[in-house]
Amino acid sequence: MSELAVNSEKTRENHPLGEYLRTDRFPHIWCSGCGLGIVLSAFIRSLLNCGLALDKVAVVSGIGCTGRAAGYLKLDSFHTTHGRAIPFATGLKLANPELEVIVFSGDGDLAAIGGNHLIHAGRRNIDMTVLCVNNFTYGMTGGQFGPTTPSAARSTTSRAGNVENPFNMVGLAAASGAIYVARWTTAQVRQLERSTTEALQRKGFSFVEIISPCPTYYGRMNRQPTGLDQMRYYRANTVVKHFASPHEVGVALGGQIVTGKFIDTERPYLPHPQEGHDGA
Amino acid sequence: MTTDRAHLEGEFFMSGDEACAEGAISAGCRFFAGYPITPATEIAERMSDRLPEVGGTYIQMEDELASMAAVLGASWGGVKAMTATSGPGFSLMMENIGLGLMMETPCVVANVQRAGPSTGLPTLVAQGDMMQARWGSHGHYSIIALSPSSPQEVYDHAIKAFNLSERFRLPVLVMTDGAVGHMYEKVVIQPRDKVHIVPRRKPKVPPGEYRPYEPDADLVPPMANSGEGYRFHVTGLTHDERGYPAMDAEAQDKLIRRLVEKVEKYSEEIIEMEEDGIDGAGVVICAYGITARVSLIAMERARSEGISVGMLRLVTVWPFPQKRIAEIARQVKAFVVPEINYGQISLEVERSAGGAAKTILVPHMGGAVHDPQVILEAIRQAAK
Repeated sequence: MSELAVNSEKTRENHPLGEYLRTDRFPHIWCSGCGLGIVLSAFIRSLLNCGLALDKVAVVSGIGCTGRAAGYLKLDSFHTTHGRAIPFATGLKLANPELEVIVFSGDGDLAAIGGNHLIHAGRRNIDMTVLCVNNFTYGMTGGQFGPTTPSAARSTTSRAGNVENPFNMVGLAAASGAIYVARWTTAQVRQLERSTTEALQRKGFSFVEIISPCPTYYGRMNRQPTGLDQMRYYRANTVVKHFASPHEVGVALGGQIVTGKFIDTERPYLPHPQEGHDGA
Repeated sequence: MTTDRAHLEGEFFMSGDEACAEGAISAGCRFFAGYPITPATEIAERMSDRLPEVGGTYIQMEDELASMAAVLGASWGGVKAMTATSGPGFSLMMENIGLGLMMETPCVVANVQRAGPSTGLPTLVAQGDMMQARWGSHGHYSIIALSPSSPQEVYDHAIKAFNLSERFRLPVLVMTDGAVGHMYEKVVIQPRDKVHIVPRRKPKVPPGEYRPYEPDADLVPPMANSGEGYRFHVTGLTHDERGYPAMDAEAQDKLIRRLVEKVEKYSEEIIEMEEDGIDGAGVVICAYGITARVSLIAMERARSEGISVGMLRLVTVWPFPQKRIAEIARQVKAFVVPEINYGQISLEVERSAGGAAKTILVPHMGGAVHDPQVILEAIRQAAK
């Protein structure tokens, strides 16, 4: 048995969240130093915090490194097409309102190719939770700039620095009508877990952005070549400002990262509560 | 007439588009996601009125990419689901039709064809999407597509499409057109007990033993819906029987062969066609949809001139009835294939005939149906 296989076997047996993971698919595809494992385990703990019936939980992912998250969860999980996780999840939720539907995907998937679906799901206030893992790059295809890449950041398609302006994801989600909007980094695991728990409990369109390292591409090309470098940067440059205006917390290259819960409100949502379903 | 809103028994004066919506509701469709587009909009309008009456959901999505994705999601939520569109929207749906094929998701897509490419002639008829129906999504697959030629048949085909989609677990296409979609005719809706409905094939094993893509003997796997406790994973990636990604040529070979063969092996069961006067005919018209009806006039005129001409009307277009065409080819001089495009199904007829009979295309670029006289002219040429 190879060392990898032995480690995989040990993970199956010993991982504290092993019963919620498809450990028979380990080792996973994520690079050393990637933040996705942190996000995935925080998400599972949030699900457990909520006491949700796990048979009624469905996770939908799009395409990309984060898009692989669905496949590692031992839940009903859908790995769909690039950008279309939200509309797929919309159909799933409307067809069976008893389901707790979570979209777990990346910044490229949700903000670029799927950007139109994000804003319309927010407008409709579809009852689902979106976890947007933002690593500022297209990792799966090898580190091209995307819609969240800060101006001047380098990538394999912006060698001299990104000339475009990025989206501020929490501002976009808030402007679209999300009833719960938060941002954390992978260096704030407790806050992330608490926030995701709240997001799952809210009725309506909840959006949590998680800023997460991609040392292999984004970090390496922007002077933070290891996951640890990126985590240290988060530690040194992150501030928490609950209910700061989500429109004033854009993330610039080398700048401060404002985190916190920015929006927590209520408004009518879809599917409309009915007898036999949640009567919120 | 009954008061059963889930099945409007009786005789109606209905457009093809309205009949499409009613057929879907009779078939048990309870979810429609769509985006307005001429000449398919009336299907969405009817669904937005009718679905709430029967406990279903109508949602108007932001585009056709989203519509198709939502239909797939709804199907996995355990509800029969459909969308309806026309050329430009059909193009946008292609990627997720592929996802539906790969995830083996039952659902129905109606394409009320208009003239293209691009925006083309939005309000006017064409049959230009027949090859797109067959090959429009990337990769190799098999598909089922029906071609109704009257509002009555649109109603019947909507039911048939849902039944086929559940039986074979794939998106089924109803390839109607602007003429049939907007045509008003008598539609008879039979009593509910006369309508055959195919239910979803459910797993027979407990959740721990369920493998989402382990097929039954007929190559079709049973389907768990989300929320039933099976905790399954499905993906658009090439996958094994567990539904797990399997990134190698072997897994690809096994999966694609099964996806193709589950349709092709049962093509005799799927294919429906109508024949008129083929035995002893020298010429056979092979037509589908609205063009088959126009061809009847040409056929009558040719017969009155003493030309022995028959008709093969394709009710199912994909899979293609190549065996029957090959048989007929050995008995006739020529096929005449009128269609509202510059030659799509005619290529299949020619291929199936294998040189045993000539294939004469009678093209029309779209925007109107054929002048029957043009088809008659082709029949005369073919009979010479």
